[in-house]
Amino acid sequence: MSIAEIVDKHGNHRENLLNILHDIQDFTADNSLHQNDLQQLSQIMCLPVSEIVGTASFYTMFSLQPRGRHVIRLCESPPCYIKGADNILRALEQKLGVKVGQTTQDHMFTLETTSCLGVCGVAPAMMIDEVVYGNLTEAKVKTIIDEMMRQSA
Amino acid sequence: MSRTRIFVLIAIDANTVIAGAREIKNCFSAEIGRLGLSDEVQVIETGSFGPADAGVLAAVQPDGLVYGNLTMDDVPRIVAEHFVKGRVYQRRLLEGEVPPPAPDDADARHTQRHGRIVLENCGRIDPERIEEYIANDGYLGLGRVLTEMTPTQVIDEIKTSGLRGRGGAGFPTGLKWAFCAPVKAREKYVICNADEGEPGTFKDRLIMEGDPHKVLEGMAICGYAIGAARGYIYIRGEYRLSIDRMQRAIEQARKFGMLGRKLFGSDFNFNVEIRKGAGAYVCGEETALIESMEGKRGLPRLKPPFPAQVGFRGRPTNVNNVETLANVPVIMRRGGEWFRGLGTPGTPGTKVYTILGHIRRPGLIEVPTGVTLREIINEYGGGMQAGSFHMAQLGGTAGDILGAEMLDVPLDYDALQKVGHVLGSGAILIMNETVNLRDFLHVCLRFFYHESCGRCNPCRNGMRVLRDITGRLKDGCAYRDDPLLMQEVALMLKSSAFCPLGQSPAAPIMSAWRYFRDEIMLGVDAQAVRPRQPRNRRETLQAAV
Repeated sequence: MSIAEIVDKHGNHRENLLNILHDIQDFTADNSLHQNDLQQLSQIMCLPVSEIVGTASFYTMFSLQPRGRHVIRLCESPPCYIKGADNILRALEQKLGVKVGQTTQDHMFTLETTSCLGVCGVAPAMMIDEVVYGNLTEAKVKTIIDEMMRQSA
Repeated sequence: MSRTRIFVLIAIDANTVIAGAREIKNCFSAEIGRLGLSDEVQVIETGSFGPADAGVLAAVQPDGLVYGNLTMDDVPRIVAEHFVKGRVYQRRLLEGEVPPPAPDDADARHTQRHGRIVLENCGRIDPERIEEYIANDGYLGLGRVLTEMTPTQVIDEIKTSGLRGRGGAGFPTGLKWAFCAPVKAREKYVICNADEGEPGTFKDRLIMEGDPHKVLEGMAICGYAIGAARGYIYIRGEYRLSIDRMQRAIEQARKFGMLGRKLFGSDFNFNVEIRKGAGAYVCGEETALIESMEGKRGLPRLKPPFPAQVGFRGRPTNVNNVETLANVPVIMRRGGEWFRGLGTPGTPGTKVYTILGHIRRPGLIEVPTGVTLREIINEYGGGMQAGSFHMAQLGGTAGDILGAEMLDVPLDYDALQKVGHVLGSGAILIMNETVNLRDFLHVCLRFFYHESCGRCNPCRNGMRVLRDITGRLKDGCAYRDDPLLMQEVALMLKSSAFCPLGQSPAAPIMSAWRYFRDEIMLGVDAQAVRPRQPRNRRETLQAAV
């Protein structure tokens, strides 16, 4: 979908900016908002680029930096913390060889932390793209990552 | 249809989907089809039953049994044993609170469901079929309101019920509507706040996933009462299933004439749209939410003017929490007096809690206001999972940390206020002695530091200072005056921050100091000396070079 089509779908109005940005980001391969897309959007919506970037950078779900094909969001809120989210984070960092906020060399995964995912009953939890995983253990996250790597290989 | 003798209700919500509920549901359908039972046994998707860690859950009606922790292997056995031979499959039978069979009579249903109001349909009906909601007295309240009552009468009824906002602050809902109703404007709006970001709270999510039409009905009633023809639901971007279910509910309601033009033959028009959030905790604050809905950075606005006068698009707007709106239909159906009779006098009705942490049965419960923490842990949570009670945090990260002394205080807005605490959003996090208070406090402050929107100076800088202090306490290298400084900064934030987010850290910090002073002091290193801070501009510049 082109930028113009996305804007048409939601309506060319400032109020729809978040929904438009969501869609633009979903259609990119690297899960991020590109400079040239935003420039194009700025022209279509008659909004300064600074306004668009200012809005996008405020929200954690938008990224202005290229990310991996899969975004891992590990919950770091207190309910997950008391169930050992810190150990899970270490396991993930070790498995992927990156720190929080970084992307793996092969552009497969970006590791992020997030606030509460609302599945505290199965804490600790993480979300990979749209899928939520719960009751994580160090062994379990390694299996999940291995499985994803195998599927894409 | 008439020959259906067994209904299998599979809970499809955020928690069970993780455990593979969709696969189990397909497996049930396939197995039932294979044995040629499709006419007799019907498989239905429904919302949450409550337990959040019991894997895939399936209720069998009319027997009123619930199976939990289901695996693929169990499915053929349950079908063969229970559905064919009529013998209960004991191995996966779930103990504890389970949804009982659906009686025909509404009164009996209410008493049987432990007085559930908001969750009366969750786990019993298929949330993706409006017919089932209507069959359970759905949209009856709206019908009554539109055909028999004036807007003023509706507001009076809500005032009579004594319903208070369930988002955390506990403001009387009737009063809020009454502020908005008389304001003259070309257009007014009803906004449903479903930006549930408070860590440990997921009640709104499960309400939307289990009974989306109840929220829509509540919004329409509110719209009629205040004179608004448009409603918006602002849902967190992370809540995919909630967004899908609400979207489907809106489409069905339009098709059935529950939303749209000239509802129930009256002159009242009402439509609902969904707006998706993009991950910002501060957007749970109503004015920040409105800013975000207008497509801007979610920075809170100065109040007054309140949204009731100047809200979304600069017009009068009423913002209510999901749970608050979900209480409205039943009040209209059964009357404000009846509602007032439930719970405690100061906070009538029930409260939906999410109970979590080191307890046996974490999950979603709805109980009358006024039960104590001890009752919640022992009766609803199944007791401590391991170890003994150390502390609890009420109402999410922005809530008070309570010690064992507070186990017997009734949980309602007024009783807690008397002892200096707030009820908050409904999250109850129970912790045993394995959790170090100083670590926990640091995690809370790390969260606030990350979520501070940066609009006002006290919050932007104060959160950093607090995060650093709690970090030092955690590492056991805090300076001697750090505990005092921490309280000073927290109280300064409480008195000077622009919005409730900045005022929040005072709750966990001050209550932790109240109950766990000794533990906090353990983080202080008596030998540590605070590095000398630059006193003036010149020294700052020198330090920088």
